Amino acid sequence: MEKKLVKCNINGKDVETYVDVRASLTDMLRNDYRLTSVKKGCEVGECGACNVIIDGECFNSCIYLAVWAEGKRIRTLEGLLGPGGELSDIQQAFVDEAAVQCGFCTPGFIMTAVEILETGKEYTRDELRKLLSGHLCRCTGYENILNAVEKTMKQRLGKA
Amino acid sequence: MYDFSALYEATSVSHAVQLMQEHPDAVLIAGGSDVLIKLREGKLAGAELISIYKLDELREVTIDPDGALRIGPMTSFSHATKSPVLQQYMPVLGEAADTAGGPQLRNVGTVGGNICNGVTSADTASTEVAYDAVLEITGANGVRKLSIHDFYKGPGKVALEKGELLTAILIPKESYENCYGYYIKYAMRNAMDIATIGCSVNVVLSADKQTIQRARIAYGVAGPVPMRARTAEAALAGQPVGEGAIEIVGREVLNDVNPRTSWRASADFRKQIISETARRGLRAAIERAGGVF
Ligand SMILES: Cc1cc2nc3c(=O)[nH]c(=O)nc-3n(C[C@H](O)[C@H](O)[C@H](O)COP(=O)(O)OP(=O)(O)OC[C@H]3O[C@@H](n4cnc5c(N)ncnc54)[C@H](O)[C@@H]3O)c2cc1C
Ligand code: FES
Ligand code: FES
Repeated sequence: MEKKLVKCNINGKDVETYVDVRASLTDMLRNDYRLTSVKKGCEVGECGACNVIIDGECFNSCIYLAVWAEGKRIRTLEGLLGPGGELSDIQQAFVDEAAVQCGFCTPGFIMTAVEILETGKEYTRDELRKLLSGHLCRCTGYENILNAVEKTMKQRLGKA
Repeated sequence: MYDFSALYEATSVSHAVQLMQEHPDAVLIAGGSDVLIKLREGKLAGAELISIYKLDELREVTIDPDGALRIGPMTSFSHATKSPVLQQYMPVLGEAADTAGGPQLRNVGTVGGNICNGVTSADTASTEVAYDAVLEITGANGVRKLSIHDFYKGPGKVALEKGELLTAILIPKESYENCYGYYIKYAMRNAMDIATIGCSVNVVLSADKQTIQRARIAYGVAGPVPMRARTAEAALAGQPVGEGAIEIVGREVLNDVNPRTSWRASADFRKQIISETARRGLRAAIERAGGVF
């Protein structure tokens, strides 16, 4: 099958590789770049496990062609770690609030949380619920996830 | 991997038209949130794709010299919601877009794809039907315009000929001027669900805000394609703002619709929702227009 050169920026680094044109962005991120925080869940855009940030907006990478990534800036959970592998505040909050059980949904949720937090706005709990509604979690019952995002939002706004 | 056999990426509208002529059986893919799902389900196995994803010139919302709003078909749901032009002149369309799927879906799904798929439950379609949208369609023979009312041919069928693509959704000035709209999506979940009924209502009130000059009502899922409730609209024209108008609309819309029983809901239940969303939608639209009950 035809392969195509795709140049993009992933987690701050300019990269390029030849991908099969039939690949999804999930396929490329996992297979070519070993970014396995990007999960294969439903693969039809319903669960959010494969969510990544592209040019500042969240996308389910399972319903996104890898070739569409040409020229884009892509961020995955791996890009949140500090230089020594330290967890970011939002990751730590997920740990502290017991917002992780099996962890399959966690990277997707956290990348949506990153997009929310980077707006610098303060949201009500109902607004956060809507902003996070593109993710399914089979374990936690969502409350602790909301707690973690809300807590980090307040901390970043100096209101905690 | 998706199961398709070739991908051609268009670099301009004319290139897309050329690709469609060269590959007459290829499927056009915009945001891909219908086509890629069908591929996953095996329904388009082996198809060729023509991608218009990179046509950023189709992602803008602007105003034409004649005052019509020009909505690029590649505008994502979330960009429709954030568009300053739509927020000012037609906020109901951005609100309807904001009910589709969930946040990530709204960044990829396009308003053009939402009508070209010919689906009755499409969340932005009923509002465009309620605003008498005009569609600009481009093909090898140039550009033609078509009323959205003539666009829907049946479930999943629209009036696009081979080699044609939608290049703009136009909202005439007389549709949005002094006009206030409201969209209600009734579904079983607050997110990531398809509408059981979608209802888009808009009104123009008299200058003193006492009388309904014009009301337009459109539905998704009340019939095989998005449709208008013309009997109810006629009954509302000239009615005074008040509870009487709400009673009229709740009763009259039932003359216009033809819902069916599916696993999502029975026809009888849909009728109740059709009536109730008309009542609530009309009340909200009148209040937005400055009418007082
Ligand atoms: C998880 C999930 C949830 C969803 N929830 C909703 C929902 O709540 N409400 C809703 O309305 N929809 C929903 N959808 C359906 C879908 O997102 C929308 O219909 C969307 O608008 C499709 O647009 P697209 O550009 O992504 O589609 P595509 O798959 O790219 O295109 C859809 C169809 O339109 C044609 N097409 C697209 N653009 C053009 C054009 N410019 N000219 C000619 N033909 C064109 C394509 O050939 C294809 O047949 C959902 C989809 C998913 C995956
Ligand atoms: S794996 Fe992409 S949304 Fe479920
Ligand atoms: S922690 Fe298991 S799915 Fe969310």
